[in-house]
Amino acid sequence: MSVIALHPKQPQEANGPSATMRTPSPASPSAPLAFSLRGIAKRFGEKTVLDGIDLDVPQGQFVAVIGKSGCGKSTLLRILAGLDSPTSGSLTVAGGSASERRSRIMFQEPRLLPWARIARNVEIGLTGIAKGEVARDLSLQILKEVGLADRAEEWPSVLSGGQKQRVALARALVAHPFILALDEPLGALDALTRIEMQQLLERIWQQQSFTAVLVTHDVTEAVALADRVVVIDKGRIALDLPIPLARPRGHGSAETARFEGQILDRLFGRG
Amino acid sequence: MAKTATNTIARNLAGWLLPAALILAWEAASRSGLISESVMAPPSAVLAAFIRLLASGELVENIGISTLRALSGFAIGGAIGFAFGLANGLSRLSRDLTDTTLQMVRNIPHLALIPLVILWFGIDEEAKLFLVALGVFFPIYVNTLLGIQGVDPQLVEMGRIYGMSRRQLFFRVILPGALPAIFVGLRYALGIMWLTLIVAETIAASSGLGYMAMQAREFLLIDVVILSILIYALLGKLADSFARLLERLTLQWHPAFQPA
Ligand SMILES: Nc1ncnc2c1ncn2[C@@H]1O[C@H](COP(=O)(O)OP(=O)(O)OP(=O)(O)O)[C@@H](O)[C@H]1O
Ligand SMILES: [Mg+2]
Repeated sequence: MSVIALHPKQPQEANGPSATMRTPSPASPSAPLAFSLRGIAKRFGEKTVLDGIDLDVPQGQFVAVIGKSGCGKSTLLRILAGLDSPTSGSLTVAGGSASERRSRIMFQEPRLLPWARIARNVEIGLTGIAKGEVARDLSLQILKEVGLADRAEEWPSVLSGGQKQRVALARALVAHPFILALDEPLGALDALTRIEMQQLLERIWQQQSFTAVLVTHDVTEAVALADRVVVIDKGRIALDLPIPLARPRGHGSAETARFEGQILDRLFGRG
Repeated sequence: MAKTATNTIARNLAGWLLPAALILAWEAASRSGLISESVMAPPSAVLAAFIRLLASGELVENIGISTLRALSGFAIGGAIGFAFGLANGLSRLSRDLTDTTLQMVRNIPHLALIPLVILWFGIDEEAKLFLVALGVFFPIYVNTLLGIQGVDPQLVEMGRIYGMSRRQLFFRVILPGALPAIFVGLRYALGIMWLTLIVAETIAASSGLGYMAMQAREFLLIDVVILSILIYALLGKLADSFARLLERLTLQWHPAFQPA
């Protein structure tokens, strides 16, 4: 796997409109790339899971990846997060130093250490980056962002599923990653909690302006959150659809319904 | 706060009600001649024996000797078992090399080795240490291994993703994850420790509680025999309570140990 610095990451202020005023994307074509995948293929033995994925994602974009179960979404995300290497093809992540290129991944399960209190769990996100007082302060700050400041000293076992996932989000974001990969992070939550979490995710993404790649099974969720929806089928990108809707997006509007229809048609081969 | 404290005390007291009633019934049965004196000494006689042996210093000395044996044997067997458990839990190579052998040896009841052990060591201290250490080894080994193998691989992957070093991974993820199982092994091992020692001291010793009981039997001092048995029970209970306390302190995070 080759990871080459293409574009030094630009200082935040020079990035045009401030985060909260972010224009609906796909961010202007001139926006520097966050990462690009070239001909990514992955085989497990005889089985080809990914078969030539090309994808350029500009910095700060929110991409949703959709596809049928087993089509290789998690595999793609793991390659992006550097947990697996592709059989062939290359991944290029922009940004300067290693810390500016940092990527984090969040899973369907919160994966909190049951024997560490909430704040300590969040501090894991700062392993090798900050320690002691500094780490503590940073994690309390991010816990406040996700609305759990008052639970910092509790054990994970007393939190609800949605709260645990918020802690996992705080842990992923405490070191301000450049790319956040999310593998169905809301898949196990009930419908109401899921909508709350979507709003939280959108708000924090707007504040921190990282590049987000969200794998989801939920077409509505993809259209509600993403600047761009990528559909994967038979190991390739079958649809790459910009969602140029203003934020925050209401649920169930005619426009979102149109995009959802388009994606569903493609997923079930009616497109 | 005060209320929960009284509650705890009340709960603890409840556990002692039945034993107290049994002792009273036992005393009554002995006095009324329902139980013959050659079968069972009444509690009052056991108490008298206790005071007599305490005053002579014999009891304290024997308890001391037995406890020392138990703990040294436990330390040796426990440490080796723990080390093998860790090594085999963490390293495939180590497991492939030693696990089959250890599992085979485990199938030999360690008390069956007593004749052999007497041949090797006579009735010296080594004999007792060896037997206790051997008895303690397996529960600690097996449960440490199970504990480490049972650590959620997703948590280990999480630790790796967040850049933990091998050392951090061990101390922050693997060891705490294995701890509940290790405690199961510890408590089980403590039980085996006393059991082994009783047998070993009864058969091959010239001091200690078991020896004291055997001597008393020769002189038909049934009160001393019963006293020894009771003290063994108390020591066992003490060890178990200590393990439980340790467990409560280190497993605070575990839902089973959280105040309701
Ligand atoms: N380590 C592995 N070894 C062998 N096959 C694997 C491995 N990881 C994934 N696969 C296979 O690759 C395919 C894609 O798996 P992946 O987990 O990426 O799918 P997915 O799109 O995330 O599915 P889901 O939506 O159900 O999570 C599956 O057929 C799976 O069996
Ligand atoms: Mg998946």
